[in-house]
Formats: sequence, structure tokens, C-alpha cells
Amino acid sequence: MKLGRANLDEFGATVLALAEKDRDVLVVTSDSRGSGKLTPFGKALPDQIVEVGIAEQNLVGIAAGLTAAGKKVFAVSPACFLTARSLEQIKNDVCYSNWPVKLIGISAGVSYGALGSTHHSLHDFAVLRAIHNVTVVAPADNFETRAALTSALDYPAPVYIRLGKRPMYDLHEPDAHFEFGKAIVLRDGPDVTFVATGETVILALQAADKLAEEGIRCRVISMHTVKPLDEAALLAAARDSKALVTVEEHSVMGGLGGACAEVLLQAGVHVPFRIIGIPDEYTMTGSQEEIFRHYGITPEGLAQTAVGLLAVAAVD
Amino acid sequence: MNTPSIRTLQQKSVQYRRTLLSMIKRANTGHTAGSLSSVDILNVLYNRIMDVTPANFDDVVRDHYIQSKGHSVEALFTVLADAGFYPAAELDTFSRGGSHWVGHPTRKVRGVEHNTGALGHGLSVAVGLALGMKKDGLPHRVFTLLGDGELAEGSNWEASMTAAHYKLDNLTVIVDRNDLQITGLTEEVMALEPLADKFRAFGYAVREVNGNDIPELVEALEGVPFAAGKPSLLLAHTVKGRGISFIENVAAWHHHVPSDEEFRLALSELDQAEAALNGAHR
Repeated sequence: MKLGRANLDEFGATVLALAEKDRDVLVVTSDSRGSGKLTPFGKALPDQIVEVGIAEQNLVGIAAGLTAAGKKVFAVSPACFLTARSLEQIKNDVCYSNWPVKLIGISAGVSYGALGSTHHSLHDFAVLRAIHNVTVVAPADNFETRAALTSALDYPAPVYIRLGKRPMYDLHEPDAHFEFGKAIVLRDGPDVTFVATGETVILALQAADKLAEEGIRCRVISMHTVKPLDEAALLAAARDSKALVTVEEHSVMGGLGGACAEVLLQAGVHVPFRIIGIPDEYTMTGSQEEIFRHYGITPEGLAQTAVGLLAVAAVD
Repeated sequence: MNTPSIRTLQQKSVQYRRTLLSMIKRANTGHTAGSLSSVDILNVLYNRIMDVTPANFDDVVRDHYIQSKGHSVEALFTVLADAGFYPAAELDTFSRGGSHWVGHPTRKVRGVEHNTGALGHGLSVAVGLALGMKKDGLPHRVFTLLGDGELAEGSNWEASMTAAHYKLDNLTVIVDRNDLQITGLTEEVMALEPLADKFRAFGYAVREVNGNDIPELVEALEGVPFAAGKPSLLLAHTVKGRGISFIENVAAWHHHVPSDEEFRLALSELDQAEAALNGAHR
């Protein structure tokens, strides 16, 4: 696998390319053009970037108004602020009013890990899942980032895309098919399924590599769209596997794992199951990697979880 | 568009009050007093100032109106029906289960531009619209109506900074300054004064009018922008509950439905107002 660039860098380059082709494409930032990798955009297309200052509520309201004026708007702000400070604007001015704003949550999850919990977004899947009319996407690599942004451009409804700062490995073939709500099966195997999203997908793949050395063959699914969830892909995986592990850079409450549990239990599909994410506690701080390691969100930790679940499956 | 006379507008204001009170009475719910304070402003906007019609509504290239004080939706629904956006009979469904004519504006109702109801949202959206129109070099304007109580929401002041920063002289913000909110006087709940000075300091060109006086409203709104390169702020001094003596300036009428007797009295006061209007012009 080739190491690509940070998904945020991919965002900056992709949105610039989209905007160069279409003058109705605007980005709106809240003093966040640097962290959003939009400095080149601002220099190249100064008329297509709107600065609102440190005012996230206003950012989202203005994005809705610009969309009402016929613009294709990427509203860009750190995920921690965008999905908390401006949650009511997202709920009412974007989702309820149905203006197809593209909400870009930058430095998501624990990308800003060492800055403390003010800067973590471990709630965004949960809160946005409970709001009608928004697609929630966490790209796993540069390809998924590019594809999500391109898909969002003319999508007729609001989309939230969360992006991280760390360079990501390219997980896909160049001709891979990306569609909101359609999971991508990266690897197939009959023993354990990892359903992962965003920057944890690579860790699930690496866990699958480790398990393969022990003769345990895994299916790895990139569930880039957390809402709407690809229920068919999930149910098929649960039926085909002896155990299922979900992985996300989010609270274990209300995120991808919770969404999967809702689907599985209501479909009557029972499989040994674990949700791996950030537990409900005062979150430790450090780099994204240190936080992941602390909570067992590592290839080793995921492999260990899978082995433990297979033991449960064997007893059953 | 043929321009309705001041007298026609004044007659409409009486009829609008009758209609919105009937909606509220029939539904047994509604924001009575705020609708009565703001209906003259909506009357002037839709019948005399703005280029917004059922025919051009689906086009961005026209004037725009965002009602930030969404709770006064009865006034908006009444004026939109009169402007031909839908049959007046739809107002009979107001607040009924399954009706789109709910207790705050939604885009399910033709003529409504944006869903509001939570306070402190409309101005940012209006700023975005005005900015988008400016970027396209369009000559059209954006109008928004704010309640005075909702000015305690900080988002209004974020949006005001942006409006001034981008010199949005195609934006007119109208404040329905009726001095009351649900708990009581704005000055007792959370003091706003000196309000005109605050808006001036935030970069608006400010004018003050009697917001229940049709000629004053027409004169002021025909004069926007009040200054080149600045957003316009019309501080419209109104009476909450205007037009019905026992509702005027009583905080409890914010969200209160008239009894049968009160409703009869209200209609009779409106009949008298109409007679006086017709008599004055005879």
C-alpha cells in the first residue's frame, strides 16, 4: 500500500479543482482556512472563499443562505465546533430547511488529540445520526475523500464529511466504485468481519493481516457512510461471519457501532459483536496515535478483540 | 405590478388582522400579539416593496424575505395567501395534524423561503442570501424580520458583523420593536437599549419608524438602502397586539387564544377600524 497525503490535503486540492471548473462553488470558513488546507484556494480564487471569522453558528447560517442563492457551498470548520456549536443551525437551517450544504468537519475525531477534549469530535456521528436529512461520511483514504467531495457537489441534500490530519494509505484500486450509503468490501474472509469507518479502516486491514498469519481470515468493510448505513452489506457480513467487530474514531455510544447493533438486533441476526471506539470517560489526551493505542484501537488490539470473540463463538 | 394605494394597504391591514385572528381562534393556538404587531410590516413588504410573486418565486433572481421571528407565522401565512401563493382556504388547516401550515414557517408552504422558529437564525441566512446575490451582481434585495426579544441571541450580532464587513447594502433588517417578549418587557428580561446605537455601532445605516403606520413604513422601505455600502436597519416601533385594545401591550397575549367573547369583541373593533378608514376617505 502506498502512503498518500492527509485527507485534509486531499480536500484542499479537490475543492480547488472543483471550484476552478465552477464559479458557483464557494467555501465558507471560520478563521479555519489554514487548518482546512485552503490557503492555496484563497490565493487562487479569492472571490470564491467567504470568511466569517470565529463564528460557527453564523458560518452555517450563511452557508444555508448562500445555497438558497444558488451557490454550491462547502462550510468548513473544525468538526468539534461545527457539529456542536452550530448544531442547531445544522438541524434547522441546513437539514430541516433542506439546503444541500456540504458540511466539512476538519481535524475530526482526535486529530487534535493533544489539544484536549474541547477539540475532539467524538459525538458528531451520534448527534447527526439523530437529525433527519443529512448524509454522514468518514472517508478512509484520499480516494474516498475525493469521491465523497465530488459526490457531494451536486448531491440534492445536506452532507457531512469528516476529515483528519494524518497521511493515509491508499486502500483502493483507482477504479473502485464509491457511492454514498454503499459500503466497500476491501477484503473477504469467512471468520471475522471488521466494519470500520474513516481513519480506523487501515487499522482493521492491518489487524486482518496479523490474523491471517494465524490462519484467521477476515472480511474488512469500509463503511464510509455512517448514515444512511449500508444495512445489506452489514447483514450479509454478520450472516457470513463467526464474529463482527466495529471500529471508529468516535464515542462507543451512538456512532457506527451503535448503528450496526440497531440493525443487527432488529433483523434478528445474532453474532458475537464488539464496538471498538473511545469509551465513555474523561478522554486521555495525546496524539491521535497515542489515544488510539491507549484505547486498543490498534492492529494488535483489534486482532486481540477478534480472537476473543472467536473464542466466544466457539463456545456458543 | 400595479402599486396599491396607502388606503388599500390600510384596508388590507384590517382584513389581515381579521384573517389571522380567525386562524388562531379556529386552531385554538397561535402567536396572537406578535402577529398583530408585525402584520403591517409584512403588508407593506409584500404589497408595495418586494418583487416576489408566485410567478417568480422559483427563480433566485427576485427579492427575498426571511422571517427570523418565525412565531409570527400567522401574519406571514395570511399575507402569502392574499398574495396568491395558495388558496386562502388552506389557512383553515392551520396547526391541524398533517397540515403544512404549522406554527412556524416551513418551506412546505409555497412562498416561505426558509424554515424558522428557533430564534436568532434568520439573519445569518439572510446575510448568506444577500452575499450570494452580490457575488452574482444581482440588483435584488433581501429583507428579514427580527423580533426584539430574539436580539439576545448572540448569533444576530455575529451575522451583523458579517453584513457590515461585506458592505451588504442589498440587505434590509427590520426589527419588530414591540418592547415585549413572553416573560414581560424586553428591558426587564434583558435590556436592549440603546438599541439604535448598538446597530449603528455594528455598521448599519439605521432608521426608526412607527412600524404600525403604513405611510411611514412605505416611505422608509422605499428608501432602502439608507446608505451606500451599508446594510439597512429599520427599527420599527410597534405595539404588540396592535389593533385590538385589550391585547395591546399585554405580555400574556404572546401565545394566547381569544375566548369566544374576546374574539367577537376583536372582530367588532376591526369592523369599527374599517368603518373609520372608509369614513375618513369618503
